[in-house]
Amino acid sequence: MKVTFPHMGNVWVILKTFLAGMGLEVIVPPPCTRRTLEIGVRQAPESACLPLKVNLGNFLEAKSLGADTIVMAGGVGPCRIGYYAQIQREILQDMGCDYEMIVLEPPDVHLSEVWDKLKYLKRRPWRKVLQGFILAWYKACAVDALEQEVMALRPLEAKPGLVDALYRKAILQIDAAGSKRQLRKIVRETVAEMVALPRQREYPILRIGVVGEIYTVLEPMVNLNLEKRLGAMGVEVVRKLFISRWINDNLFKGILPLPSHHAEKLAPPFLNHFVGGHGWESVGDTVAFARQGLDGVIQLAPLTCMPEIVAHSVMPAVQQATGLPVMTIYLDEQTGEAGLQTRLEAFFDMLQWQKGKRTG
Amino acid sequence: MKNKKLRLGLPRALFYYYYAPWWETFWQALGVEVVVSPPTNKEIMDLGVSLAVAEACLPVKIYYGHTAWLAGQVDVLFVPRLVSVEKKSFICPKLMGLPDMLRAAVKPCPPIIDTVINCVRQPQEGLAAAVEDMAGRVGFRGREVQSAREAAQERYLCWLERQQMGRANGATDLTSASAAGAAVSETGKPGLIDSAPAQAGSLKVGLVGHAYLIHDRFLSMDIPAKVKKMGGEITLPENLPPDQIALACRQLPKRLFWTLGQKIMGSVLSLIEQDSIAGIIHLTAFGCGPDSLVGDLAERYARRRGTPFLLLTIDEHTGEAGVNTRLEAFMDMLPRRYSA
Ligand code: SF4
Ligand code: SF4
Repeated sequence: MKVTFPHMGNVWVILKTFLAGMGLEVIVPPPCTRRTLEIGVRQAPESACLPLKVNLGNFLEAKSLGADTIVMAGGVGPCRIGYYAQIQREILQDMGCDYEMIVLEPPDVHLSEVWDKLKYLKRRPWRKVLQGFILAWYKACAVDALEQEVMALRPLEAKPGLVDALYRKAILQIDAAGSKRQLRKIVRETVAEMVALPRQREYPILRIGVVGEIYTVLEPMVNLNLEKRLGAMGVEVVRKLFISRWINDNLFKGILPLPSHHAEKLAPPFLNHFVGGHGWESVGDTVAFARQGLDGVIQLAPLTCMPEIVAHSVMPAVQQATGLPVMTIYLDEQTGEAGLQTRLEAFFDMLQWQKGKRTG
Repeated sequence: MKNKKLRLGLPRALFYYYYAPWWETFWQALGVEVVVSPPTNKEIMDLGVSLAVAEACLPVKIYYGHTAWLAGQVDVLFVPRLVSVEKKSFICPKLMGLPDMLRAAVKPCPPIIDTVINCVRQPQEGLAAAVEDMAGRVGFRGREVQSAREAAQERYLCWLERQQMGRANGATDLTSASAAGAAVSETGKPGLIDSAPAQAGSLKVGLVGHAYLIHDRFLSMDIPAKVKKMGGEITLPENLPPDQIALACRQLPKRLFWTLGQKIMGSVLSLIEQDSIAGIIHLTAFGCGPDSLVGDLAERYARRRGTPFLLLTIDEHTGEAGVNTRLEAFMDMLPRRYSA
């Protein structure tokens, strides 16, 4: 059995460690590129949401590397992610592409459903599986600690690109690391190197919050490197979506004392109910960012994303109440770099003008 | 509140087409004056399109239009937060946020009765809580509510039955005479989608899609009548027995957790088993989330069975001429395939 999985930003490092810990041979799909997207788009239903299309591209690219089994997440409603696997299975079948699919999702009938799937997958004793899981968790924390530094330091560096070069190198080191101690060292050393880089300014020009659907926020290929673009403009990006926090909120049910979204407290009265995906969180995070005094918020979503359309629809009320400007960007295979850059620059100019007015 | 009749606005859009008899009867039994917006027209659509975000699907935009139309004329609006109407199933994330979306866009907006309807875990309790909340918002409790609920349920079941026999059309023929005055006469009986047997030799065609698209004659551009004129005979999801639909869905490897998706998928799966069905038309809204997956799946199954399948996607820019052309081409193709 050679297992593969869908890509989402740096999540591959974590999934790879977890699956390898089960004693499985893991085929990491080639990194997402425009080609991955194009392959997926060609086969997927035209109006399916973007993550489904890119994932399909990942599966097809991993197939040519010899993968025969897909491990992925699912769901039981209300959003489309819960039916991704079924659609992808039928598409692969119609294409004559042979894959076994193992979908990890909340049980529909019996609690044992998830357990049975894990048991079927594992090739090593539970003790080893648990060790792998814990290592994967530490890697998630390491990746996120780095991401946060990168977001804060990009706008300051004198020569754009150096922070990112260190970041890329560190991700590969994290991938190879085998213990918590090693991970600590990698993070410590990388951060020290980043901090020591020459700077062109001591404070970011603006601070912008990023909210939205998790895939478009975390996968740079589909958001066309949004965070890097903003960083190069001197903007510090702030977000609350991190994979370690997602794991804590969703798999550990928030047991660990990590920051969380608290949409139920922050989103009302603007949005008073969960709406699937991250819609509620997008609104709650925007309110939190307003309170933190950020200069603006960018909401990201795949075109036709239902929860984010709801969030987008109530954003005018949030803006009116908090005074915080929000720009919503829908992404799909048609989104071009030039158009995106223009919108970012216009938003930047507007925020800077507002800030100037505020600070006199 | 009880001296002067409360005027409650009911937008004629989205789930009005599934629950109108229930809602109307219930509110009226509580002594509320129900005002239903007129059938969708150009003005309502333009209003909705101007208020909703561009990325929303047409049915949601239309709902904005109906709400805005009502906003100035009523004391309260009834916009339930429809999370789930049956166990372990959902409707659509957008309907879970609808009341909030409207509050942010319709200005000035009368108070909204945004009762949560959530039957996803315990249907009985979920429904009871919803009924209690609805009545509580207009100051009613206890016995009166119970009898209003019973009256509503009875009227609803009777309507469902007539619908299955092809006699009722998306609630329009049941619209209370007391409400919305002129609006009712505009719809009335001619609005019936008559799926009773047509002349011999006609082609049987399945038409699947959300009731709020198919039965809104402005949105659907009266496709049923068009098909009939082209020599077709329509079968709708509402004409099929619900257990037949549920049974057909059971052949899917994974349970479909969307109520409306089940209807579409189950109808297609059972229609393609019937040799008398010549083809299937799926009417969908551009950008509809659930349909993008369910519709694709349905089309795949139909294709594997060799049943011709036409996907008609509509939005506010869809022209009637284009729809006619595609329908004609599809209907022309059927007899040849069918007799071959
Ligand atoms: S949250 Fe958005 S992207 Fe994710 S499944 Fe739902 S519609 Fe698709
Ligand atoms: S089910 Fe489709 S058409 Fe209906 S509200 Fe949701 S997205 Fe729109």
